[in-house]
Amino acid sequence: MSTTPPRPRAIGLVAATLALLRKDLLIEWRTRARLNAIIFFALATLLMFSFALGPDTKLLEKNAGGYFWLAILFASVLALGESFRVESENACMDGVRLAPADARAIFLSKALGNTLLLTALGALLVPVMVALYGVRIVTSFMDLGLILLLGCLALSAPGTVYAAISSNARARDVLLPLLLFPLVIPALLSAAKATTLVLQGDPMNQFNSWLGLLGGFNLIYWGVGFVLFPRIIED
Amino acid sequence: MPPLPAPALALHDVSKRYGRRWALARLTYALPAGRSLLLTGHNGSGKTTLLRLVATALSPTAGRVEVLGRDAMADRESVRRDVALLSHASFLYEDLTAHQNLTVLARLLGIPSPQDAASALLTRVGLTQRSDSPVRSFSAGMRKRLAIARLLLKAPAIALLDEPFGELDPQGIRDMERIIGELKSSGVTVVLATHLIEQGLTLCEERLHLQDGRAVAA
Repeated sequence: MSTTPPRPRAIGLVAATLALLRKDLLIEWRTRARLNAIIFFALATLLMFSFALGPDTKLLEKNAGGYFWLAILFASVLALGESFRVESENACMDGVRLAPADARAIFLSKALGNTLLLTALGALLVPVMVALYGVRIVTSFMDLGLILLLGCLALSAPGTVYAAISSNARARDVLLPLLLFPLVIPALLSAAKATTLVLQGDPMNQFNSWLGLLGGFNLIYWGVGFVLFPRIIED
Repeated sequence: MPPLPAPALALHDVSKRYGRRWALARLTYALPAGRSLLLTGHNGSGKTTLLRLVATALSPTAGRVEVLGRDAMADRESVRRDVALLSHASFLYEDLTAHQNLTVLARLLGIPSPQDAASALLTRVGLTQRSDSPVRSFSAGMRKRLAIARLLLKAPAIALLDEPFGELDPQGIRDMERIIGELKSSGVTVVLATHLIEQGLTLCEERLHLQDGRAVAA
């Protein structure tokens, strides 16, 4: 076997994205640090809402969709920050940039990795929400799954951009939520409203409007992230 | 007379500023392809900054860096394909094994058999026994060996080595000298920054001494 590897060749955006996503998932699988942290954090958040509101089950039922998405949003800050902490250790982000990897592939892999993680978290939180808040799924699981996926995509795209920006800042733990929370209000509102419709019924057929808003938000922020990310990590 | 080949590396009035401090000031230099350069100078003299500029990890504040006839900033991606940097930071993922670290890079480089390429390089740097251990459990010397394997995986035209002998034991230093010799004999242009001047002089034909970001006579 030759000990000299063949000369590198350029690989496409999709192949680079998959290679980087595979690496991120492998690191996550080996440590499970991020997954464990966000699961316990989100469960504690759901639990805290139920304690804070006391035995008023009607209020819990009415607002369950909002609490569910707040738990995911708070946990997402941990997940997003951690996804870039891995890269700052030993200047791994420099190693990936100089490999060279397409900066847009870095964005896509990080944002998709965060989406997968948050969607898995959301799927885990649904039965907990049902048990804690006494709600039930009135329309369909498919609707809830769709909202969960679109909502997590909407948190991940701007979240990945801001996590990259704040990763080199001294006060990164404060900076990320400060930048992210105001920006994702439309996505949070749409996801919470659509989830409430899934849990309480949709007599006025509003579900698709909220879904459309969430889709539009995703289109804008995935596009902006894709275009801006190279400038963010190079400059 | 045949035309002179483009230099492997050409610096045209290159300056780099961090805040108010000039790390490099109006540096002009050319290194012919296939030659090796020893970079010397005290701590903070600008050696690492120069290597990072050539590797395109940094952009110059003023001036132009040319690598194999291409502008390092305008043609960044293709320059990165030809240049590899052994840095103070290892670029290694602590939670992945030695083998996985190399496989990740091999996939990014589009190497057809990433697993085989990773295994072959681990043998070459003497880390076969620890190929499945996470980098977190490695000593500083072993990390350096793995970092050089990472550099070799790129099969670069220009190898930038920042303190390659640091943290290595005597056997490790001999191995590193052997690897640098192999790189040179295969036509790779080597730029070596080290405080071990005697060792560096035996390996390099050219020398550039930096002081406060300027080239001065050694």
